[in-house]
Amino acid sequence: MSRFSILLFPIMSGILFLPVIILSLIPSTAFTQTPEEKGVAIAMEMDRRATGFRDVTAHMLMTLRDRHGRESIRKMRMKVLEVVGDGDKSLMVFDNPKDVKGTAFLNFTHKTGNDDQWLYLPALKRVKRISTRNKSGSFMGSEFAYEDISSLEVEKYTYKWVRDEEYNGMDCFIVEYYPVDRKYSGYTRQVSWIDKTEYRSHKVEYYDRKNSHLKTLTIKGYKKYIDRFWRADELNMVNHQTGKSTRLEFNDYKFQTGLNDRDFNKNSLKRVK
Amino acid sequence: MIKKRYTFLIIVCLSFSTGHVFMPRSHALELSGYAAVEGRLFTDDPLYPEQERHVISLAIEPELYHKWEGGPSFIFTPFIRADSADPERSHVDIRELNYVWISDTWELKVGISKVFWGVTEFVHLVDIINQTDFVENIDGEDKLGQPMVHVSIPRNWGVLDFFMLPYFRERTFPGEKGRNRTQLIVDTDRSVFESSDEENHIDFALRYNHTLGDWDFGIYHFNGTGREPSFTLGFDPGGLVLVPKYWLIEQTGLDVQAVKGNLLLKLESLYRSGQGDSFYALVGGLEYSFYNVVSRGVDIGLIVEWAYDDRDEDVSVVFNNDLMTGVRLALNDVSGTEVLAGFIIDLDNSDRVLTIESSRRLRDNIKIVVDAYVVLQSSEDSLIHAIRNDNNIRIELVRYF
Repeated sequence: MSRFSILLFPIMSGILFLPVIILSLIPSTAFTQTPEEKGVAIAMEMDRRATGFRDVTAHMLMTLRDRHGRESIRKMRMKVLEVVGDGDKSLMVFDNPKDVKGTAFLNFTHKTGNDDQWLYLPALKRVKRISTRNKSGSFMGSEFAYEDISSLEVEKYTYKWVRDEEYNGMDCFIVEYYPVDRKYSGYTRQVSWIDKTEYRSHKVEYYDRKNSHLKTLTIKGYKKYIDRFWRADELNMVNHQTGKSTRLEFNDYKFQTGLNDRDFNKNSLKRVK
Repeated sequence: MIKKRYTFLIIVCLSFSTGHVFMPRSHALELSGYAAVEGRLFTDDPLYPEQERHVISLAIEPELYHKWEGGPSFIFTPFIRADSADPERSHVDIRELNYVWISDTWELKVGISKVFWGVTEFVHLVDIINQTDFVENIDGEDKLGQPMVHVSIPRNWGVLDFFMLPYFRERTFPGEKGRNRTQLIVDTDRSVFESSDEENHIDFALRYNHTLGDWDFGIYHFNGTGREPSFTLGFDPGGLVLVPKYWLIEQTGLDVQAVKGNLLLKLESLYRSGQGDSFYALVGGLEYSFYNVVSRGVDIGLIVEWAYDDRDEDVSVVFNNDLMTGVRLALNDVSGTEVLAGFIIDLDNSDRVLTIESSRRLRDNIKIVVDAYVVLQSSEDSLIHAIRNDNNIRIELVRYF
């Protein structure tokens, strides 16, 4: 599972599963839990904690770095709307590089089935419906794949708790995520370090389709917003196979700004600026 | 008559004055845009003696944008081109000059703007609101700014768009020194209109579009002066010329696109009456994409489209029965490298055209565009026969600011 996704686009929790989560989290000798059950329980607890944010906006600064240390900058703004009972809606607009200024992506995620995505090309004033099969490809030449930055649903992965481990002084679960949509994902699995107190992800290792270690994401600078929702300031993705890396910084998070469906349609895509 | 001529001007002025009501809490004007230098290298000697061999030109398109907090937004985008060969291609246009007001239930745009309708890649059949700025590029993708009052009503059941278009823009055509022209030049000073109001005729359009699952579709009706001229022969002191005639038409158009996994299915169709016999035209096809090929992040798209026009050959129709195949390549690299190559086959004659469009960033704010247009073969009775010697490579350096 991409930590980026969980940070940006926390998902609706299945209220129905709540008793299961609570049960599964009780340290108990009365019944034993398989690693798979424990993994899914952790994922759902993360989901539960991330639910209820309603909407969020933020500015993003992406720094692409090649093997020789040459850097290239991308600036984006994003808006996310939480959708009750389905995946979130999101809108991302580019401010930099200037040749793609005003280019925007509108994304509707769905718990099951394909997501919907539209691209707006400002030079032609053209809104294009695009395929969402492009999951494993690079997002704007960065080390983040589309599937790393798209909204995440609990249903899109299966899970397995591996072990507990200390990471940066925090007691963490290590959980493996396996994509349900194996055919189009670029990964066989993702391994995530999740702290036990706040259920935040701090590190993710990505394993490619040959199951070799492809990328590592580290997540820093968690802050709590509106007394409830944790968001990180900085994400660093390192590609071990190419030596390239991408740093993604967030700032100006704003929660519950009163966005609604009308801010996430094809009309709003054309006037994002 | 004079009253009508200034209708649009009055609307623009009104929009400016009312816009100022929203002045409080304003931010600074945002200036962006680009300047470009373009060279067109023609591989063959010109067919007509007045034409220049190679052409260099400069273009600039600044954009001024301002949004009032919680209020309207304003945009002004002039465009200026200076061309070394063709005075007709040296031109100034206002691509955009408008105010936009947004409420929860409607959006209002007043001023000069650009609207695109359509789904296919090689032919933009149903796109009608804006006139083609033909001197810019023969692919028809450059458009002149269109004065309009545009009301958009987004609802759960789809989006309704209503357009009132108070002023008509004539298509631009190359002059006698320009390449990519017909043997007889088009004399745009002598244009003829069916409407007695000429370019002041008020046109209307209504469009409905919606998304249902994997399907996006739009349907519209246009009533007014058609953007595509017919031509008659005229006599100028210098000899014969083509005189454009613009007809009052009724046109209904449809555009549909479906997403099925990696496959996009596309259809555009129109029915027009008022310009000769009523006719229909359509273009449809598919685009299949391979993503992240060999895990290198490269996307390859294969495009096949077919265009058909019901009209007789003698009318100025380029895509009357043509098959277009194309390959789109996106490297998804830091430079954003993209290539679109197309091969156009006229199924009624021997016309064969190759097109290439490519671009990549050289620096953060500098992009290079390399296009090629090659008439491989043309039959004597076809329109592109006139530009058979105009095969060219177009290199453009664009500096964004």
